[in-house]
Amino acid sequence: MTTDELRDLKRKAIEIRRLTIDEIAHLGIGHVGGSVSIVEILTILYYRHLRNNPGNPKDPMRDKFVMSKGHAGPALYAVLADRGFFPREMLHTLNQGGTSLPSHCDMNRTPGIDMTTGSLGQGLSAAVGIALGHRIQNLPGRVFSLIGDGDTNEGQTWEAAMSAAMYGLSNLIAFTDYNKMQIDGHIDDVMKTDHLADRWTSFGWFTQQIDGHDFEALDSAIQAALQEPNRPSMIIADTIKGRGVSFCEGDFKNHNMPITAELAKEAIAALDKEEEALV
Amino acid sequence: MNYAITRPEGTDPVEMRAVYGSLLADMAAKDERIVVLDADLMRANGTFDYRERFRDRWIDVGVAEANMVGVAAGLSTTGMIPFPATFTCFAARRTFDQFFISANYARQNVKLTGTDPGVAAAFNGGTHMSFEDIGLMRTIPGLYICEPSDPVSLRKLIPQITYRQGSSYLRLHRKAIAPIYSESEEFELGKGKVIVEGRDLTIIATGAIMVAEALKAAEALSARGVNATVVDMHTVKPIDEALVIDLAKKTGAILTCENHQVRNGLGSAVAEVLTEHAPVPQIRVGIKDEFGEVGTQEYLQQRFGLTADNLVAEAQKLMARKVQPVGA
Ligand SMILES: Cc1ncc(C[n+]2csc(CCOP(=O)(O)OP(=O)(O)O)c2C)c(N)n1
Ligand SMILES: [Mg+2]
Repeated sequence: MTTDELRDLKRKAIEIRRLTIDEIAHLGIGHVGGSVSIVEILTILYYRHLRNNPGNPKDPMRDKFVMSKGHAGPALYAVLADRGFFPREMLHTLNQGGTSLPSHCDMNRTPGIDMTTGSLGQGLSAAVGIALGHRIQNLPGRVFSLIGDGDTNEGQTWEAAMSAAMYGLSNLIAFTDYNKMQIDGHIDDVMKTDHLADRWTSFGWFTQQIDGHDFEALDSAIQAALQEPNRPSMIIADTIKGRGVSFCEGDFKNHNMPITAELAKEAIAALDKEEEALV
Repeated sequence: MNYAITRPEGTDPVEMRAVYGSLLADMAAKDERIVVLDADLMRANGTFDYRERFRDRWIDVGVAEANMVGVAAGLSTTGMIPFPATFTCFAARRTFDQFFISANYARQNVKLTGTDPGVAAAFNGGTHMSFEDIGLMRTIPGLYICEPSDPVSLRKLIPQITYRQGSSYLRLHRKAIAPIYSESEEFELGKGKVIVEGRDLTIIATGAIMVAEALKAAEALSARGVNATVVDMHTVKPIDEALVIDLAKKTGAILTCENHQVRNGLGSAVAEVLTEHAPVPQIRVGIKDEFGEVGTQEYLQQRFGLTADNLVAEAQKLMARKVQPVGA
């Protein structure tokens, strides 16, 4: 990755955070923490790796993305709007009656969403099915998926893990947003996921663990995963819930929180400053 | 309107989840068998204070509802009284087999609670909107299903659920609700509560949203000279057959309303009684074979016809269908 490319990605991540804050603040409440912890993951996928086309969002040849932690829809909507899947103004309709942007991802309402999610634990199974479908039909599209560490509590996630390994789905690359937080608190206080990388490895996945806010680390992990010939890949991304948003980074109550206009302004101003500091 | 109950002293809304959580804590202080389970939604479900007081009788299984219900069934076999809770959508859809087999078929004593029924899920949208949970639960043999309409009835019904041997499903509206009843009112699990008496038709409602709308509708109807009986059917299963039959005979027409599909919910339960014992015209207000969607609760009530206005309109249609006595 060149320095220019890196700077562009960083700039894009700032823009996505701004859009996400503005989108949620316009409604007044939403899933802020888990939306902004995944901004770098979404940015590197949607601006560097995913082969898809905003003009033809249903292209059967495309790469697909399954957001298993469906409550992070707002961050993905910001990315899709910025990529031109739909107009940016639509972001202000989040969760309003009749909207195409419901809090949880919906493939029948939102252009660019590849799977309907929101009931945790179901995303990775669907991603396995898509990867199998592509393989059986000789479709070139690779399948990316993102699960939460709380999402990982669901038994179904591990059922999906077993089946992906069983079928050697090398066209499936999953990320864990390892922000160590779920709703009731820190994962160590709710449901421990110690030795997470070992767990995935022992389930038969090619597993890497990296800093999920570091573009270069993300990029090399994705490159390595793409080269893995026989196994599905898990990239455990160490992240911070609420990352980059002044009023909520690290606050355990940032899962679903109100955002006032002032808070949004303050957070956006801080992001503007961060952007100015980029060279 | 002719109220059959004593009206509440105050009308300030009270958080139903706070009533739920503090009542469980009060009961747990006296009864060591009570144990509360959460699946990463303790704040949403109001069990946070309980946790502070009874750390050793509170179990969070993380985001793993099926496991939660299975664990609850195991606790029950050891003589404990487990209260697992999650949103209605997950309580019913995701744990159905565990609740069916480990809790009910195994004849255990699991007090499952689902919160945010139907349109109360609001901003959580379609994936979280349960229009089918009563329907699923109603097919489990012997299960009690209870959906209290206000803080007072909730407080009085929970102990009855707790000390009736056998599993139950509490459909809990967790947000703030204005009391309908005074503290002196009594409730009996399995018996509908007549709130208003009128002879022209009967409105049978369940749950916080629809009982409140039914009362508003009865008010509007009485202003037009139509007097409705209003029933709070807090126990949907077993349904109060005697009351349904009695009111069918007395008023000759039944309007049911529920924050749920019309299929296999309250309306179906009432229809089953009517067809076999006292056929009179009935209209079921509820969701008509649709999935939920996102929006404010007010928007969703409009969208799915869960409003007093719609109840009034349907009541008028129903009145036109009432069998007129010969020569009238
Ligand atoms: C099956 C299911 N159970 C419960 C919920 C409610 N819920 C939404 S997000 C969440 C916590 C998820 O934690 P995590 O996967 O770590 O996501 P993050 O908080 O990091 O965004 C819960 C319990 C749900 N959406 N689906
Ligand atoms: Mg998390």
